[in-house]
Amino acid sequence: MINPNVKLKENIFTSPDMAATRDGFGTALLELGETNPNVVVLCADLAESTRTLPFKEKYPERYIELGVAEQNLATVASGLANYGKIPFITSYATFSPGRNNEQIRTTISLNNVPVKIAGAHAGLSVGPDGATHQALEDIALMRAQPNMTVLYPCDSEEARKVTLAAAAHAGPVYIRLAREKTPVMTTAETPFVIGKSNVVWESEHKPEVVIFATGTLLYQALMAAKELEFKIPTVVINISSIKPLDRETILAAVKDAGAVVTVEEHQMAGGMGSAIAELLAAAYPVPQEFVAVHDRFGQSGTAPELYKEYGLDTPHIVEAITKVKARKEGSKGV
Amino acid sequence: MLTDENLKNLELKAEAIRETIIEMLVAAGSGHTAGPMGMADIFAALYFDILNHDPKNPEWEERDRLILSNGHIVPVRYAAMAHAGYFPVEECLTLRKFGSRLQGHPERERLPGLETTSGPLGSGLGQAAGIAYGARMDGKKFHVYCAMSDGEHDAGNIWESAMFIGANKLSNLTGIIDRNNIQINGLTEDVMPLESLRNKYEAFGWHVLECDGNNIAAFVDMVGEAKAITERPTVIIAHTVPGKGIKEIEYDYHWHGTPPNAEQAKKWLQELRTLKGKIQSEHE
Repeated sequence: MINPNVKLKENIFTSPDMAATRDGFGTALLELGETNPNVVVLCADLAESTRTLPFKEKYPERYIELGVAEQNLATVASGLANYGKIPFITSYATFSPGRNNEQIRTTISLNNVPVKIAGAHAGLSVGPDGATHQALEDIALMRAQPNMTVLYPCDSEEARKVTLAAAAHAGPVYIRLAREKTPVMTTAETPFVIGKSNVVWESEHKPEVVIFATGTLLYQALMAAKELEFKIPTVVINISSIKPLDRETILAAVKDAGAVVTVEEHQMAGGMGSAIAELLAAAYPVPQEFVAVHDRFGQSGTAPELYKEYGLDTPHIVEAITKVKARKEGSKGV
Repeated sequence: MLTDENLKNLELKAEAIRETIIEMLVAAGSGHTAGPMGMADIFAALYFDILNHDPKNPEWEERDRLILSNGHIVPVRYAAMAHAGYFPVEECLTLRKFGSRLQGHPERERLPGLETTSGPLGSGLGQAAGIAYGARMDGKKFHVYCAMSDGEHDAGNIWESAMFIGANKLSNLTGIIDRNNIQINGLTEDVMPLESLRNKYEAFGWHVLECDGNNIAAFVDMVGEAKAITERPTVIIAHTVPGKGIKEIEYDYHWHGTPPNAEQAKKWLQELRTLKGKIQSEHE
């Protein structure tokens, strides 16, 4: 059942409200415009789709247009942060942190200045645009850089909180955002703290599998847990803070359940599942199944079509849970 | 205008910087020779005449910012900073060594006063633009200088930044291009022609000045003129001689990324000391 302590919405499984994480980001920018005079927003010719347009209209003197120039987007932001501003840079994740990765590495991460990188339209769910625009390696790029914090909100409300937390954080931050409207699960009362993860679902009985999900696929993970409610008891944890990871919460859950499924809309290589596996290999190795994209590029299609084709939808998560439970029992000689 | 006494003093500083560069490169056993030697006069002028700065308080908010985009010539900056009093000159001999604050390419967080981290080419001008833009938003009066190589103008990031700075008329920023005509693979005009650099910058909305970058008086005059232009950003194309001060390496692109050995260093230091600060300017 849903963990009552995290104050999720009550209509999640009946008729969930729908909103895009990029909308929560845009809302937070407006709040920051009001509360923090040092916040500036940099845009690379994508004001409407990255949801910076309302900020531009309300705070034109703090909105900076770069044109289609993502390398300059990163380097100018580095200078602004170096001077004392809190710049948010916005583009599609394939271009930023994709195209400008070296500029981010040298002038933001190594330079250690507080630039906030919002990578929009990340993942397969951007859909019809096709593989060129479906960022599936951005988490790997960003979490491999020292000093960088990596956040991936599960819905628009958490995206709002993530954006506010990023502005308050002293160092560089990557925020991963999606284009499509997805179910809103969290409320204003749901906690979000960088480096902390929330248990969102707990079966009544002792869990046999723990599911770590990041981003909007948390919803599909919850659906899988619900479907298996009376067959395989599980715990579902929202890993919206991919770096730093909440070691304490993760290890406690893994020790309790003894088997892991990770769920993410990203390449398996270097993603959230990799981060969990790195932690567990050293601290508490258990069987793990990776619901992720397995070394393929995306293609045009609707989000549901692509989730099915690439093995990210609820039936595939159910399959992974069932499989990892069997692996765990097999390893015990049952 | 500089007085004769001021000029003489700057020339002696440039010589001291050159000597320190040679000493630090030979101690390091690796690093770049041609660029730092060619830029010694400009860095002497910057640190001992042009920059409004305080070596004892490198984080002073109102300081002028000097951004070094082509981080590989950082020995000239380390030497100038040491002689200006940011840290002891002896520390220069730790260049490129384990545990040193003087990394092979400059890192902002390791040594106060460096302003930025650089080495990968083409990204300094954008950072300078960000600082200048932020400063203008807040009505700050300090000036931003960005030293660049000519070779790094092959990089697209430079032109993205040049376009942005021109569009935003950031006149509180002055670019300084070390036009020494060499890069690793050879002469710039053979590797990837840059000319006409002047026309390119003008087309991007900049005011362009040119001078002999090894003539301290000429360079100081150009910076004065650049700061007087408030309608547009200015770039100074400073024509320098790579390896300037050591006859056997001047103009030779093979010295881009090679340090002297001990024997060469000894000979070069002797050669420099006989000049008593008076290197031959192209304008003389």
